[in-house]
Amino acid sequence: MRVIQFREALREAMSEEMRRDPRVFLMGEEVAEYNGAYKVSQGMLDEFGPERVIDTPISELGFAGIGVGAAINGLRPIIEFMTFNFSLVAIDQVVNSAAKILPMSAGQYGCPIVFRGPTGNAGQLGAQHSQNFENWYANTPGLKVVVPSNPYDAKGLLKSAIRDDDPVIFMESELMYSDKGEVPESEYLIPIGQAKTVREGTDVTLVSFGKMMKVALNAADEAAKEGISAEVIDLRTVRPIDYAAVVNSVKKTNRLVIIEEAWPLASISTDVGFQVQRMAFDYLDAPVLRVNSMDVPLNYAPTLIEAVLPNVKRTMQAIKSVLYRN
Amino acid sequence: MSMELVLTPPTNVVDAEGNFTKDTYMYWYESMYLMRKFEEKAGQLYGQQKIRGFCHLYIGQEACAAGAVTALTRNDKWIAAYRDHAYPLGLGTSARAIMAELYGKATGCSKGKGGSMHMFDKNVNFMGGHGIVGAQVPMGAGIAFAEKYNKTGNVCICYMGDGAVRQGAFHEALNMAMTWKLPVIFVIENNGYAMGTSIQRASNVTDLYILGEAYEMPSMPVDGMDVEAVHHAVAKAAERARAGEGPTLLEFRTYRYRGHSMSDPQKYRTKEEVEAYKKLDPVEQVRATILRKGLATEEELSAINARVKAIVEDSVQFAEESPFPDPSEAFTDVYVQPDYPFIMD
Repeated sequence: MRVIQFREALREAMSEEMRRDPRVFLMGEEVAEYNGAYKVSQGMLDEFGPERVIDTPISELGFAGIGVGAAINGLRPIIEFMTFNFSLVAIDQVVNSAAKILPMSAGQYGCPIVFRGPTGNAGQLGAQHSQNFENWYANTPGLKVVVPSNPYDAKGLLKSAIRDDDPVIFMESELMYSDKGEVPESEYLIPIGQAKTVREGTDVTLVSFGKMMKVALNAADEAAKEGISAEVIDLRTVRPIDYAAVVNSVKKTNRLVIIEEAWPLASISTDVGFQVQRMAFDYLDAPVLRVNSMDVPLNYAPTLIEAVLPNVKRTMQAIKSVLYRN
Repeated sequence: MSMELVLTPPTNVVDAEGNFTKDTYMYWYESMYLMRKFEEKAGQLYGQQKIRGFCHLYIGQEACAAGAVTALTRNDKWIAAYRDHAYPLGLGTSARAIMAELYGKATGCSKGKGGSMHMFDKNVNFMGGHGIVGAQVPMGAGIAFAEKYNKTGNVCICYMGDGAVRQGAFHEALNMAMTWKLPVIFVIENNGYAMGTSIQRASNVTDLYILGEAYEMPSMPVDGMDVEAVHHAVAKAAERARAGEGPTLLEFRTYRYRGHSMSDPQKYRTKEEVEAYKKLDPVEQVRATILRKGLATEEELSAINARVKAIVEDSVQFAEESPFPDPSEAFTDVYVQPDYPFIMD
């Protein structure tokens, strides 16, 4: 099968949907003439023109609100944040407008919009450019939150997000844009809200999503070397969460480790852990463990990053702990 | 819902000579009197705790809505902040639907989910009632963006209070709307006070229309107590927008007779100030014009008054008799997706 980059998969998803539906447009900082800060939208201005691929000033709150207004008035905007760290300037429009217009209007006005861009750390960028707000958005009823981990899922999920009638937060990573993966030429969609078991196993379940799937899969490889069979589940969507996929796996393996880049308090791992104890209490042979970023801002120096981010080593420690092999 | 309880904006706004028709003056009178009486009743009902939550009355500002209705087409879009009962009334939403919404009843224009601050009526292109100060300004630009994108020739009129102009959202939206020549009319209803903070205490810049000039946007002050002045200003702005020349910023200088909300003791202003503005009352001004021009007699205007009072009383009875939403409605209109898997335990 054809192999393309993550960024190309995203570009294909947007371009295909823009060819299919004239209501879809892309707006954000540097998306047009600069061809995208991370070259996700490279060439799209040439194909679709300045009416549909629109550079904005550095006004996240303003262009997020323009996107919401366009969406409630019949268009289907894709709003790109250069990083979701900057979405905090715009979060009022995401949480108070996009997520609230349907209930406040009792269904008269919907908001079919996609807010997309990279999330999380991306090297030594310092504390303000290295944060994960997946759980913030996932906490808000009215939104859907998609966090793909590979080019194939990214394309299929982004196409579904653009066609979705509800507002979707779609979170990528600067560190994944150059990742390559098999993506078929023919069209496909991946439904929002379905996890995927990417590796079968019997001894322990590893649950992750987004960029941390690499840590989970590498840890599963490490575990295999030590004779531990890990099942790996990619949530792909963190609102709604496919709890059944996790619970069914835990019923088989009886042990669960969750790997997530966000801080631990009120995180996706917190919620998955709660739901598993709620729905599979009698199946658990060990407490649920998680590997999140440490409970501190991510600083610049490499030693400080190493000390804070989830990694294979910490994940292996957690795996061994739930298997009582320490 | 009986049709006679709904206002119908005139279709023949001006005659061949460009003068306002009798229908227009009569619409202005009836709509503004309805807004006035409806809000007075809402204030009473709030005192009786029939209406809960936050409730912001429009009394004194009626011309700002009525003059724009006649200046725009019925395909144009409206968005506003949370002092929002009067616009849909003027556009033709029934008093019943708005009163029922204030009561939180299932028959309300937002099925009881919005309340005072979140009136919506797609039938008249009223796109809400928004509760975060200034957030509706970029949304209004976005609504206009969609009209331009679809080349409809429609415009969006976007209302805000004088407090909203101190939000970043206002400035970001004005900048992009002007850069992209979006067909939007930004209206500041300057009633002098952002809640309890006077214009003078909030900024060095107290002529608010000047803020548009930073973006080279045509901007002007308008006598917001004079419905004819409002009409002319909005009509001109709409003409500009439809011609592809972009947005206009209008500062309607108006006054609210009541407090910011129902829980406002109004210690920040004097009774004399309020009384001085009442002499400029927009409803009385139109009434005087109608009588001076001989468009209607005192008796005919009294008949309108009686009809308006009956409409308001009917709306209260309707709201009283309407059911609250079924509890299951909490889970509808959250997602368009019909089978969204809410967390239930």
